[in-house]
Amino acid sequence: MDLWAAARLWGPPGLLLTLALHLALCLRSAQTSVPPPRDYCVLGAGPAGLQMAYFLQRAGRDYAVFERAPRPGSFFTRYPRHRQLISINKRHTGKANAEFNLRHDWNSLLSHDPRLLFRHYSRAYFPDAGDMVRYLGDFAQRLGLHVLYNTTITHVTLHKARQAWNGHYFILTDQMGHTHQCSVLLVATGLSVPNQVDFPGSEYVEGYESVSVDPEDFEGQNVLILGRGNSAFETAENILGVTNFIHMLSRSRVRLSWATHYVGDLRAINNGLLDTYQLKSLDGLLESDLTDLAIVKDREGKFHVTLKFFLEEGNQSADAVTLPQDDNDNFAMRVAYDRVIRCLGWNFDFSIFNKSLRLSSGGEFSKKYPLIKASYESKGSRGLFVLGTASHSVDYRKSAGGFIHGFRYTVRAVHRLLEHRHHGVAWPSTELPTSQLTSAIIRRVNEASGLYQMFSVLADVVLLKENATAFEYLEEFPVQMLAQLETITGRKARHGLFVIDMEYGRNFSGPDKDVFFYDRSVGHTEDAWRSNFLHPVVYYYRHLPTEQEVRFRPAGWALPRPTAIHHVVEDFLTDWTAPVGHILPLRRFLENCLDTDLRSFYAESCFLFALTHQKLPPFCQQGYLRAQGLVGTESLRRHGVESGLLRDYTTADRRREDGARSPLGGSRTPGPPVRPPESNKEEL
Amino acid sequence: MMSSSFNLFRVGISFVMMCIFCKSAVGSLSELSPQKYFSTLQPGKASLAYFCQADSPRNSVFLEELNEAVKPLQDYGISVAKVNCVKEETSRYCGKEKDLMKAYLFRGNIVLREFPPDTLFDVNAIVAHVLFALLFNEVKYISTLEDLQNIESALKGKASIAFSYVRAIGTPEHRAVMEAAFVYGTTYQFVLTTETALLESIGTEDIENEHLYFFHCKQVLDLTEQCRRTLMEPPLTTLNIHRFIKTMEAPLLTEVAEDPQQVSTVHLQLGLPLVFIVSQQATYEADRRTAEWVAWRLLGKAGVLLLLRDSSEVDIPQHANVVFRRAEEGVQVEFLVLHDVDLIISRVESNMHIEEIQEDEDEDMASPDMDIQDDEVAETVYRDRKRRLPLELTVELTEETFNTTVVASDSIVLFYAGWQAVSMAFLQSYIDLAIKLKGTSTMLLARVNCADWSDLCTKQKVTEFPVVKMYKEGKTPVSYTGMLGTEDLLKFIQLNRISCPVNITSVQEAEEYLNGELHKDLISYSSVSVLGLFSPNMTTVKEDFTEAGNCLKGYVITGIYSEEDVLILSNKYAATLPALLLARHKEGKIESIPLANSPAQDIVQIITNALLETFPEITVENLPIYLRLQKPLLILFSEGSINPQYKKAMLTLAKNKHLDSLTPCWLNLKNTPAGQGILQAYFDALPPLPLLVVVNLHSGGQVFAFPSDQAITEQNLLLWLKKLEAGLESHITVLPAQEWKPPLPAYDFLSMMDAAASHHPTRKDPECTKETDASEKDKKQEDKSAIRKEPIETLRIKHWNRSNWFKGGKSFRHDNKEL
Repeated sequence: MDLWAAARLWGPPGLLLTLALHLALCLRSAQTSVPPPRDYCVLGAGPAGLQMAYFLQRAGRDYAVFERAPRPGSFFTRYPRHRQLISINKRHTGKANAEFNLRHDWNSLLSHDPRLLFRHYSRAYFPDAGDMVRYLGDFAQRLGLHVLYNTTITHVTLHKARQAWNGHYFILTDQMGHTHQCSVLLVATGLSVPNQVDFPGSEYVEGYESVSVDPEDFEGQNVLILGRGNSAFETAENILGVTNFIHMLSRSRVRLSWATHYVGDLRAINNGLLDTYQLKSLDGLLESDLTDLAIVKDREGKFHVTLKFFLEEGNQSADAVTLPQDDNDNFAMRVAYDRVIRCLGWNFDFSIFNKSLRLSSGGEFSKKYPLIKASYESKGSRGLFVLGTASHSVDYRKSAGGFIHGFRYTVRAVHRLLEHRHHGVAWPSTELPTSQLTSAIIRRVNEASGLYQMFSVLADVVLLKENATAFEYLEEFPVQMLAQLETITGRKARHGLFVIDMEYGRNFSGPDKDVFFYDRSVGHTEDAWRSNFLHPVVYYYRHLPTEQEVRFRPAGWALPRPTAIHHVVEDFLTDWTAPVGHILPLRRFLENCLDTDLRSFYAESCFLFALTHQKLPPFCQQGYLRAQGLVGTESLRRHGVESGLLRDYTTADRRREDGARSPLGGSRTPGPPVRPPESNKEEL
Repeated sequence: MMSSSFNLFRVGISFVMMCIFCKSAVGSLSELSPQKYFSTLQPGKASLAYFCQADSPRNSVFLEELNEAVKPLQDYGISVAKVNCVKEETSRYCGKEKDLMKAYLFRGNIVLREFPPDTLFDVNAIVAHVLFALLFNEVKYISTLEDLQNIESALKGKASIAFSYVRAIGTPEHRAVMEAAFVYGTTYQFVLTTETALLESIGTEDIENEHLYFFHCKQVLDLTEQCRRTLMEPPLTTLNIHRFIKTMEAPLLTEVAEDPQQVSTVHLQLGLPLVFIVSQQATYEADRRTAEWVAWRLLGKAGVLLLLRDSSEVDIPQHANVVFRRAEEGVQVEFLVLHDVDLIISRVESNMHIEEIQEDEDEDMASPDMDIQDDEVAETVYRDRKRRLPLELTVELTEETFNTTVVASDSIVLFYAGWQAVSMAFLQSYIDLAIKLKGTSTMLLARVNCADWSDLCTKQKVTEFPVVKMYKEGKTPVSYTGMLGTEDLLKFIQLNRISCPVNITSVQEAEEYLNGELHKDLISYSSVSVLGLFSPNMTTVKEDFTEAGNCLKGYVITGIYSEEDVLILSNKYAATLPALLLARHKEGKIESIPLANSPAQDIVQIITNALLETFPEITVENLPIYLRLQKPLLILFSEGSINPQYKKAMLTLAKNKHLDSLTPCWLNLKNTPAGQGILQAYFDALPPLPLLVVVNLHSGGQVFAFPSDQAITEQNLLLWLKKLEAGLESHITVLPAQEWKPPLPAYDFLSMMDAAASHHPTRKDPECTKETDASEKDKKQEDKSAIRKEPIETLRIKHWNRSNWFKGGKSFRHDNKEL
């Protein structure tokens, strides 16, 4: 697994606890006096914990962060072992837009302070983990976040209390025996328990967390690495040049992140071994289920790979154990290894949580992650939220919710939810007239970083007002909770809604797909729905979908089947501002959903409409009629006349032309009939 | 826009006509008494009769559907009648209550089946059910795989089977199958199921769609052998099934020696291409095997022929081994070199694809192009994009420079977005303003591109574009709310040079203020100066007035005088304190308005109303202000300046309160050329100017014209207005009241996605069927005619229900066209 991109560890175990034990005994009496409940308790001062603390602090809430280590981000003091983060630190994008730039900044946390951007902490594209530690320290300190360091929470349980927000308090016990009562518990402890697979001989295996990082120690050795994630390849990369060969063994084929669009899969920066394997330089990749495996140690202390099945035959002496090559003399792993290293990722530490919290379901997947809803709230206990890397079950292998550049937004979404639930602060929104709808969407799809990073997980929502004359714009709502939007946000969705999401093409990515195929990009607006690269998708619903509809949505869909859908055609520069290529089709879609005309008009046109029609298009109603019409300049007018969209009355013959009066009156004909032969298409 | 509105219009008309047609056609459904009906029955002839009590309205929908079914059923020799159960003549088919009315199918006078009306929910269901009942032997309904296997083994060597799966009885697909069975039922055994499990068990992956398989059992001689199956790929419609079965009947492989261009087979008539496998004597056997293999693969998609090169008189290029001929007439045959059977197959299939695409293109051509910009602002800004604006005349602010700049000097800031057309159009006016003010203004003209400095704009509470704000030291920023044009913004900036209200300190100064000398340079921007007169002790109302003055700052000049000697002024202008004096500089008049204890908002209102003129020249800029009065407009259209006599007449009428229910105004066509467009909309043939009209904009939209042969005099006008009021004048036109609809449809990506996944079609939407009530059905009629005019895969919300029902508009529309 690839946790150093994002995760934090619940501190190095042991040491503090033993030191504190003595103290705890002395202070036992103190335990009886329980301090008044806090509103919010955050477990862990890693990126997610600090991010939550920031939002709570800004909102002026009563909170505390509990951190085992003496400083924030202790995971990064040890991991990744080889110290290079694989989250990119892009310092330049050629753009000034700070929100846009966060699309390419994978390390910064969200804050109002521009000094707290990671680019001020490292110049490296793949920065050193030490810089992350320094950054997190500064983040906590500069913003004055309320963190209780050196406080190890050893046990968490529930206490029923009618007056509590959720009908119960969370009781946290620290290493001193002190208890803390919390109305809401925010668990941001990351994944800290190395994943171990049990097989005969697993005791000979060294773990990623403890294996030497000094290449010298591997000089001239045969090495077997179990796992095929970034930690496995990172370990291999480090010793590639000094070993005899490295073999890597894993259950399934390697998944390359450039083929899957999932940053948790193998990143190109770590894949040196793939190169040497395919160029026949002795290194190799093998696929097999690790649970069938057994490792036996021979008299020289070398390790042999065999199958569990053979060991069960009863022959226990190491040299007598049947090896696969006895039957099958070209068995791939017939050589003896000097070392076997396990790099199998991490699991959530369930040990401190009382069963009554029902954090785990006991299923196979839930060994790794606690059981949560798409709102990041625990399925087992109300008021318990899981943040950060440990919340990645929501979008595992799909989006970026397990990494800083993803969960900084999901943490904000959780905070917005809490603000409404406990403090009556509705989800922030902007109310605008319909004439601004196209612009509001175009603005967000071009700069929003939350939509971009948490594609298909967080989406913007446009709630239409009665008669669709105005709308509310809500940002970064967890789409899987769409059915519960009204209760979560405190906003009403009675008159239809749009959901603005970013998506990759349905069948584009996958571990075995060729993502460089010819013709992979789509250029025509009418083919926009075939777009492969990340592109904005707008869903229109007449009614808020029900929970059923969200749950049983069509396979491969991020959202339930809408009344209508629009894809904004993919763009090589991710710049969706082309007037004809991007904005015009979007406007037509919105117009047809709202059954109105969303074009903009100069004041003169509105003037004409006002005196020749009983009703006006929204743009004239919301601008011109309020004496805020767009006057325009002479040169624009000339272009309008040339294009046929505006009529030049100064030279016009006053006699009426032939032909019937159109139902929309007047002779203003912006439609095609009067267009000159040349069209925009050719100009473009 | 115009064409689309025409469409709407036409749809409306055709809809109305259709209704008329329906009404009259209901009569064509023969209505008989029971006795009469039974007397018409002929032995061996089928007849569908609906028994009902005299006109119960609840069944009118059913009757409409039944009426529609008359024609198709007659085509199959089945008569349809509505039997009225009158009291005198009861029949056992007449139920006791209205609800129990049923339809019966007779052959001769024997009842074959009875149908509760709800099984016959629409015309498709009626035709499907009736044919299903009549073709009882020809169409076997089965529900298990075993049934199918039994039929299959019984028919081996005897007859082939057309096996179809439909989702339900009574669907359009079921009707299509039944209609096909009517024609082919004697030749082939039709087998029908609605069981998805059965479909699955014969190995169909996509079990959501309707399917038709042809089981080639007739050729099977060995009874242990399975019948070969061919799946029909196009959707189940009568025409497609017909076409499919025709190709099944055609010989699998034909040997020809003539010119491929001259060969004609049934395939070509059915619109399918021909594939010639070129053979030579030497390799004849192998070629024939290949050709047969290809023929099986292409069964139902193309005709396959074996072309003997040696005996052929045609010149076939040496290496060509396949000749491809498209179904369209006049298209040259193609000689191809294809070394793989799959290549031949894909050639045919891709060709089918091309055909479809080309059809799309043709339709696109005929309809307005959705990719052509029809937004005048976007288009003009785009066309102007290459012109370099002297942007340097305004200061570009960034996140770093913004705060220091607006603190250092009074600034006007334009917030815009580089990609947003409206704000870019306004940026041009803003630059024009900068050119005008160059070097003269103390106000700094600045701009922020929110596409770059998004956070800054959010912090300044800018959520839409464009926004103009004025920043003055120590004051909260003020948003500009006037017209987005050079002149109005210039006025705002100029009037903001003075603090409003201006504090006047002496009577002499007050006089100068009132006669315009005090702000000589400004009165061109504000034709009215307002002076508030207060006694020094009137603190509350003074505060309110000050607030109001602040509010109107930038739009009108206000001043305040509250010295001890204020009585000198109040006496002179006959005002009771507190009061407002309005100095209209153009007319040189000074009026006074008493000011009761009004809150600031009311004072603002009083002042804004006072700014309105009695008989203004209406312009693009000031029309909105006058429209707020919500009164009909009395407009005098004038070529150039107004004739003083007309003006005098109008003012007199106004003075005598004859025009209180109207907003009188005049329009100078020289200043406001758009007035030409207005006149063209009002008059079919334009009479000579001047023209006087009353436009009832807010209630009804009628336009009345003052007779152009009458002189515009006070008396004539008064008389005309009286007649107008009494309803004795008829209007010359009524302004259209339509809502502004989308000018063009949008791409219907949902349908395109459905079509692409047509083997995994959209889930059934149960609501759609429920919604098919009477009114919905009317809408359908309307839609049908509209749909044909629009390009494929475009979207209008009102069609969505329908296209859901037909699961992917594309296939549906193809059928439609062919039928």
